[in-house]
Amino acid sequence: MSTPPLSSLNPQLSTGSVPFPFAAALPGPSVRAVHDQFHGDLLEVSMGPQHPSTHGVFRMVATLDGEQIVKLKPVFGYLHRNHEKIAENTTYLGSMPYTDRLDYLCSMSTNWAYALTVEKLAGITVPDRAQYLRIIMAELTRLVNHACLVGFLFNDLGTSFTPLLYAFREREKIIDLFEALSGSRMMCNYQRFGGCRVDPTPEWLETARVLVENFPRFLDEYERMLTGNEIMLARTQGIGRVTPAQAVNAGLTGPVLRACGVDYDLRKVDGYGYYPRFEFRVPLGDHGDTYDRYMMRILEMRESVKILTQAFRDLPAGPIMDPKAKLRGFRPKAGEAYGRLEGPKGELGFFLISDGSPNPYRYRVRPPSLINLTLLEDMCLGHTIADSVVILGSIDIVLGEVDR
Amino acid sequence: MEMSDATPTPAAYTPFPAAGNIPDADREDLRRHGVLMTSMEELYNWGRSNSIWPLQFGLACCAIEMIAAATARFDIARFGAEIFRPSPRQADLMIVSGTVTKKMAPLVVRLWNQMPEPKYCIAMGACAISGGPFKQGYNVLKGIDRFIPVDIYIPGCPPRPEALLNGLVQLQKKIKGEKLSGPDAARFTRADVPSEFPIPEYGAHDLEPTKNPAVWTPPAPPSA
Repeated sequence: MSTPPLSSLNPQLSTGSVPFPFAAALPGPSVRAVHDQFHGDLLEVSMGPQHPSTHGVFRMVATLDGEQIVKLKPVFGYLHRNHEKIAENTTYLGSMPYTDRLDYLCSMSTNWAYALTVEKLAGITVPDRAQYLRIIMAELTRLVNHACLVGFLFNDLGTSFTPLLYAFREREKIIDLFEALSGSRMMCNYQRFGGCRVDPTPEWLETARVLVENFPRFLDEYERMLTGNEIMLARTQGIGRVTPAQAVNAGLTGPVLRACGVDYDLRKVDGYGYYPRFEFRVPLGDHGDTYDRYMMRILEMRESVKILTQAFRDLPAGPIMDPKAKLRGFRPKAGEAYGRLEGPKGELGFFLISDGSPNPYRYRVRPPSLINLTLLEDMCLGHTIADSVVILGSIDIVLGEVDR
Repeated sequence: MEMSDATPTPAAYTPFPAAGNIPDADREDLRRHGVLMTSMEELYNWGRSNSIWPLQFGLACCAIEMIAAATARFDIARFGAEIFRPSPRQADLMIVSGTVTKKMAPLVVRLWNQMPEPKYCIAMGACAISGGPFKQGYNVLKGIDRFIPVDIYIPGCPPRPEALLNGLVQLQKKIKGEKLSGPDAARFTRADVPSEFPIPEYGAHDLEPTKNPAVWTPPAPPSA
C-alpha cells in the first residue's frame, strides 16, 4: 500500500510555517527523529471522550507513525451545555450560578470575572473590603487549581494517584473555608455586582490566615517529592515546546504563555481590582516546555501565598456591598462591555451587550482553556502518543469551560 | 420463606437449599458457636457488594467530587469501591457524574452496553438525573434514565462526596437483597430482560430516538 505524502496529512508540515520537528533543535535524549517518508501504514487512534487521561470528555484523534504523532485533531463539544444561550434568557444575576459551573475548579474567580464585567457595564463601584475579599478568594482558588493541576499532571505521567492525594488534602482545607463562607463546596456563587455576598467572620479569616501561612510547607513537601524526580525530568524537559512567537500568535494566556517567557499577566497589565497595591512577582519560564509549565504553577502558588499574606494583613473594615448596587430588577443601560481577569488558567473574559432589558442581549465567554488548546497539535507533533497525554495535562483544561 | 396461598409457585422454581431456609435465630445461635452458615446467594452477594469496581468516567463538575470521594479524606476504599477501571469491560458500576449532552449520550449508552453483567448505574447529580440547571439547554439530555436503567439517584449540584458514599451504601444494600433465582430474581439473571440497549443516533434536530421506551416512559400528566 502506498503511503500518502506527508503534506496531505498536515499542510503545516510542508509549508514550513511551523518548524518541524522543532524538538530536533534541542539537545538531550528527548530528541526523536521524524522520518520524512513513512515505511509502514499510519495508524489513527481516537482517544476519548471516555479516557482516563483526557481530563473529562475531551477527544483527540491522533494519526501515528509507529508511536510518533504526525497529526492530531482535537474534538470538542461533548460537554456543550449551552451556557451562553441560557444566560441570554436569564437575568444578569441569574447567570451568576452558571458561571460557577464554567470552570468548576475555580468558581470564585469565574464569579469575579462575570461580576467585573457587569460592574463595568453598569458603572458600579466596589467597596474596599470587598476588593480585598475578592483577591483573597481568587488567590485561594489559584492555590486549589494549581495544586490539583499538578496532581493530575503527575497522574498522566503515571504516578497513579499519589501526588493527587497530597493536592486534594490541601484542596479540602480550602474548600472547607469556601463552604463555611458560601454554603457550597465547589459552586460558591459568592460574588455579587458591587461586592460580595457574605462577610467572613474574624475566626474564618484567622483560619484562612493560618492555612496560608502553612501552605509553603505543603509546597516544599510537594516539590521535594516531584520537582527533581528523574522520570519526571526525562518525560517533561524539551517535550511539548512552544516558541514565544507561536504562543502570542495563537493567543495563549496564563501560565502556558508565561512558560515561554512572555511577560504578560493581567494582574500587572490591567491592574484590575486592587492588585496594583500588592507586591508580587510574575514568574517566567524559558523553554516553553512541559517542565516549565509545571514550574510556573509551583512558582505562581508561592506568589499567591505572598499576595494572600498581604491581603490578610491589610484587609480593611467596612461594608462589603456598594449601597447603590441593585440586585433585584437590575437593568443596565444599553451598551457593551468586555471584562477580563487573570484566572488560574489564563485570561478569562466576559463580553456582554445590554439592550436595557433585564437579560443580556449577547453574552459571550472567552475561555482560556479552549484558546490554550489551539496549540495542542503543534506541541504534540513529533512526540510520542504517551507524551501527548502529558502535554494535554500541562495545558490545564477544564471541559466545562472549553465546551461551555 | 413464607408465601401466601394466593401466590402461585412457578414450576421452574427450585429454591436454593441449605442455609437460606434456616431461621435467622438459629443461624445466629450457630454463629456464636463458631459455625458460619450461609447460602451461595448470600455469599455471592456479599462478595459482589463489597468489591464494586466503578468505571473511571468523569463527565463534568460531579467528577471532581467523585475524585474527592476517592481521596484520603472520604476514602471510598472503605466500601471496597476504590478500583476505578478505565475499561468498561472490567467495571461493575457506571457513575454518570455530570451533564450528559446529546453529543455524549450515545457514547454513554455504548459504554453501558460494553459493561458485563451484573452491572449497575448511579446517576450522580442533578444533571445526570434530569438535566439539572442546564435542563433548558438545547443540547442537554434531560436525564440519563431515558436511555439506560438507573439504580441509584444522588441529588445535589454537585452532591457531596458523603452523598456519593451514601449512594454506594444504598447500592450495596440493593445488591445484598438480590435473588439469584425464583420469580423475583435479579435483572441480570433473566434472559428475557435486555442488558444492552439501542444506541441513539444523531438526528437532524435531536437524538433519534429521543428516548428508549423500554427503559423510560414519560410520567402521566397530573390528574385534575
